[in-house]
Amino acid sequence: MSTVMSNVSIRDLEIQLGSHTIIESLDLEVEPGEFLVLLGPSGCGKSTLLHSIAGLIDVSGGSIEIGGQDMTWADPKDRGIALVFQSYALYPTMNVERNLSFGLRIAGTPKAEIERRVTRAAEMLQLGPLLKRRPAQLSGGQRQRVAIGRAIVREADVFLFDEPLSNLDAKLRTELRRELKQLHKRLGATMIYVTHDQVEAMTLATRMAVMRGGVIQQIGTPAQVYAHPDNLFVATFLGSPGMNLLKGTLRREGGGVRFRNEHVDLDVSAYPFLQSPPENQPCVLGVRPEDVSIDPAFVHRGTVSLVEPMGNHRVIWLDYHGAQIASIVQDTATAAVDEITGFSIDSKRISLFDETGGDRL
Amino acid sequence: MNAPRHPLKRRSRFTPARLGVYAFLLTSALFFLLPLYVMLVTSVKPMTEIRLGNILSLPVHFTLDAWRVAWQSACTGLDCQGIQVGFWNSVRIVVPSTVLSILVGAVNGYALSFWKPRGATTLFAILLVGAFIPVQVMVYPLVRVLATVHLFSSLPGIVLIHTIFGMPVMTLLFRNYYAALPHELFQAARVDGGGFWRIFLQLMVPMSTPIIVVAIIMQVTGIWNDFILGLVFAGTRNLPMTVQLNNIINTTTGERLYNVNMAATILTSMVPLAIYFVSGRWFVRGIASGAVKG
Repeated sequence: MSTVMSNVSIRDLEIQLGSHTIIESLDLEVEPGEFLVLLGPSGCGKSTLLHSIAGLIDVSGGSIEIGGQDMTWADPKDRGIALVFQSYALYPTMNVERNLSFGLRIAGTPKAEIERRVTRAAEMLQLGPLLKRRPAQLSGGQRQRVAIGRAIVREADVFLFDEPLSNLDAKLRTELRRELKQLHKRLGATMIYVTHDQVEAMTLATRMAVMRGGVIQQIGTPAQVYAHPDNLFVATFLGSPGMNLLKGTLRREGGGVRFRNEHVDLDVSAYPFLQSPPENQPCVLGVRPEDVSIDPAFVHRGTVSLVEPMGNHRVIWLDYHGAQIASIVQDTATAAVDEITGFSIDSKRISLFDETGGDRL
Repeated sequence: MNAPRHPLKRRSRFTPARLGVYAFLLTSALFFLLPLYVMLVTSVKPMTEIRLGNILSLPVHFTLDAWRVAWQSACTGLDCQGIQVGFWNSVRIVVPSTVLSILVGAVNGYALSFWKPRGATTLFAILLVGAFIPVQVMVYPLVRVLATVHLFSSLPGIVLIHTIFGMPVMTLLFRNYYAALPHELFQAARVDGGGFWRIFLQLMVPMSTPIIVVAIIMQVTGIWNDFILGLVFAGTRNLPMTVQLNNIINTTTGERLYNVNMAATILTSMVPLAIYFVSGRWFVRGIASGAVKG
């Protein structure tokens, strides 16, 4: 098999639907063979962006290049893409085999070649016994496999996924997620994947782009984006629960920098500031729940307000002078509700944000 | 909880309210069936019995002569070939008109729902307004137009007229049906490389069976029952059954042949009646599926 790896490069893209500007001057480079995940809340323009790459939405400005060729105005079928929908979009009157081969039959592919590709896709996705069934006779997971198969059969250079697992139940979602990851490894094709599910984004992506309001907030490997969010939105959108936030100011003392508010005084001299902050900079300190540890001996005292058992870990919510601090703990014997306990913040794993703009300091 | 359920259910069948409902339904059914009954019994009586004036009585001498006359030899003016001429004329008008108007409506509805050409909504609004303008307003201009293109008083002419007048409703019907289909289907077919006609013929038409059945019912009954368009546009050689029926009934030489008239009327209404009997279930289903999404 020969999958050509194509890059996708989007420059200065602008999309308007009616009088609304959905996306304004967006740039995005997708490397060949990459698994890029577009993550964001509903209505952030991620699906719109994907559909514009597929050629299903006309753009109002900018350019889309696929595999080095300008595809801004090309017909969807000429872009070397395949698209998998959330609703599967299987042709209800055709059986699985004809669903898979529809595009090839339109393109006038020789019969033997169609058969080879269909057989291969069916084998990859374990669809063999289902080939003669209609979509209505398939389960949700099987339907989505067929939809993915329809993409594989096209031997596209770029695979586009529009929330493909959102209609499935949790167990199937995990299963198909793993299959998708393996599929990417096997095909090596470029994949762009839209989701609002951060677990999917974290597990599948080689790089992920977090979007809000038609603007890419941050792009990087899942580990980078998770550990070093570029702004408050990314910090709170990612993670379950999101980052704990504390307001305060930055003070210079004895050559070091300290984060301070009426209750907290933390040495942040080791923090890798992007540029040296001014004295008394108002800022927000963010810390992931797993970097908050709990022990009755720690100085910051809070009341346990809620304990959420998650099976392999627990989330403990502390009421700290009116703020809710979440902590993820692995051990079983810790706080009970209404108990007063102490917590500490791992100062090596914090993020600091400008209070007004929300950008990382 | 479970024990008294069964007796309760059984008792509900005999409540006075239930009886009242059945009584009402029965009387209204009888009321509407009465004219049909009168027509049927009159059509199988000889004229000697009809002259007695007892229209509700059953026939003493049952005869199908009137039906034979109505079908084969009743006179419209000087022409005495019965209503069968009109029947075949109507078939010749209805079949191509139904096929064409459904085809045009389906293509229109498909284009409006999925391809959304520029100005589509305006076009659709104009089309719908057209549906509410009384036909009579357009008759004379259309006569002039058809006359200039030499289609007036011809079979293609009347077929064209029915296709045009059927277009708004057919377009609306198919537009609503296609609008309820998931748009992703169309997008998937676009990515697969389907063009306008390919997607229409290979994807949309096979999915349209229920709405096509509804359209057939609406168009066949509508065009079969048409009078004025057939009278004006079909020309004397293609007059549909409805017009022919009117001519038979209004042609009197001496005594009015009530039995023949009744038989001819029943024969004319046979086609729409048969369609409703055969497909009433489909009709309701189609209308409902068009109205309620999913």
